[in-house]
Amino acid sequence: MKLYAALAALVAVLFLLSLSVGPAGFGRLWETTGPMPLILWEIRLPRAVLALLIGAALGLSGAAMQGYLRNPMAEPGILGVSGMAALGAVISIHFGLSTLWPLALPLAALMGAVVGVALILALAGPRGGSVTLILAGIAISALAGAFTSLVLNLAPNPWAANEIVFWMMGSLADRSWLHVSLAAPFIIVGAVVLLLQGKALDALTLGEDAAESLGLSLGRVRLWLVLGTAAVVGAGVAVAGSVGFVGLVVPHLLRPFVNGRPSALLPAAALGGAALILAADVAVRILLPTGDLKLGVLTALVGAPLFLHLIWKMRRGLA
Amino acid sequence: MTLLSLQALTVRRGECPVVDRVSFEVREGEVVGLLGPNGAGKTTLMRGALGLIEATGRSSLAELPAKVRAKAAAWLPQAREIAWPMPVEAVVRLGRLPHGDDGSAAVEQALERMDLGAMRHRPATELSGGEQARVLIARTLAQEAPLVLADEPVAGLDPAHQIATMQVFEKLAREGRGVIVSLHDLGLAVRHCTRLILMQSGQVVADGAPLEVLTPTRLREVFHISAHISESDNGPIFQPLEVIR
Repeated sequence: MKLYAALAALVAVLFLLSLSVGPAGFGRLWETTGPMPLILWEIRLPRAVLALLIGAALGLSGAAMQGYLRNPMAEPGILGVSGMAALGAVISIHFGLSTLWPLALPLAALMGAVVGVALILALAGPRGGSVTLILAGIAISALAGAFTSLVLNLAPNPWAANEIVFWMMGSLADRSWLHVSLAAPFIIVGAVVLLLQGKALDALTLGEDAAESLGLSLGRVRLWLVLGTAAVVGAGVAVAGSVGFVGLVVPHLLRPFVNGRPSALLPAAALGGAALILAADVAVRILLPTGDLKLGVLTALVGAPLFLHLIWKMRRGLA
Repeated sequence: MTLLSLQALTVRRGECPVVDRVSFEVREGEVVGLLGPNGAGKTTLMRGALGLIEATGRSSLAELPAKVRAKAAAWLPQAREIAWPMPVEAVVRLGRLPHGDDGSAAVEQALERMDLGAMRHRPATELSGGEQARVLIARTLAQEAPLVLADEPVAGLDPAHQIATMQVFEKLAREGRGVIVSLHDLGLAVRHCTRLILMQSGQVVADGAPLEVLTPTRLREVFHISAHISESDNGPIFQPLEVIR
């Protein structure tokens, strides 16, 4: 409980900080006249809300996937759904749909995610274990990656390719309430589904056989986990592009604070992910105020060394 | 009362039956030792009886809805998996999941019976293999099911804890519960089980009192060993001697 309170307080502080940062100047949250209220309401608030939602989605789904696969190296992208969502978005950019209608890109990404879910459920089958799920996810990711490369390859001009590459880096700049209203329902419903799997993930600590003997229906748990993860990750990619490492690193960092218990880790990882994305999104605006440092680039720059450190620590623990 | 009833239970892997028309009943008060060489079908039989794998024939447990079955039988798989560094106490408490309660009394009793009180707050993953095995047995006990099925629970335990574990099973039986335990240690089986079921190639070849099941002929034909058997003041003593080919 103390951990949740501390994380929630951190999220609240970072949320306010996120509202205070931008090209229009620091702070000034209290101004009631001039352009500031409009900037806050139309630019900074949707951005902060999205950071909160997407961070929570990534942290939560990462914790759920690690719990289900009983592997600290698992991450939300392992199902291949985020790759398929990215492919949908890239296709919409390629055909210029996204310039005709702003919602075309996130909707195409969501459609990609739906195709990804259908593929993974068809490939992994109703009774397969976690290994089939991982293999199916790898295959789908590879397929999505191949088609994304093909689209880039066929780009009509360098600018189109540029746009695709920049979109794929992941960002929360210039997002509106429209994006929030599109992503929020999926993320909220998906998050509730994932949070409800806590007990099942606890039981899975003892392995699939023991968990099933404790009254768990493995097939049902897997279906809910796939659907929940796909909903939050698909919606996240649709509005923010690919933001890596959060779903991998956050559960890993917080696990010791909940004594390793998967059900307790779920809400903690959601709060931790939200805090991390809010912080990263503040950092991209402070570090490069005039340029456009991409959120996904920053999380990878911070996340990868952190991950290396974790591996290093783990290796020393094993030796 | 009958805790488990199997009728012609058959499990196939491809065309080949791994468990072949097995029928028996287990009643309260019994510690049933399930014996047989590697590949005889002991594990598959228990998983089939629990409904964890597809089987034909009848099993009274497999017919129950999963949540009801979890209160009727506790299962201790041979693979000892504890995925996360949870404290010993929390791992044992996982046995309470089917009941949806905290079950502090059951958890305390299980910790005490498996001699885990001193390490209750330590991360289970940091314990030795034998200690982890005891944690998982305690988890099964905390489930407070009338029937316990344990797949080679004493493998890898030190002698004292092997005996203590078998004594815990005997105690459960005296309390009116039933235990099915697969074993490779025939000496422990003879001393601590009330009944033995001997399996070979998926079939039950003998079922009865320990010394009636483990006759010299069966030891030779099923296990390819000879053995020394004698009576002592505190029960029969069984010592395998040589391989017979």
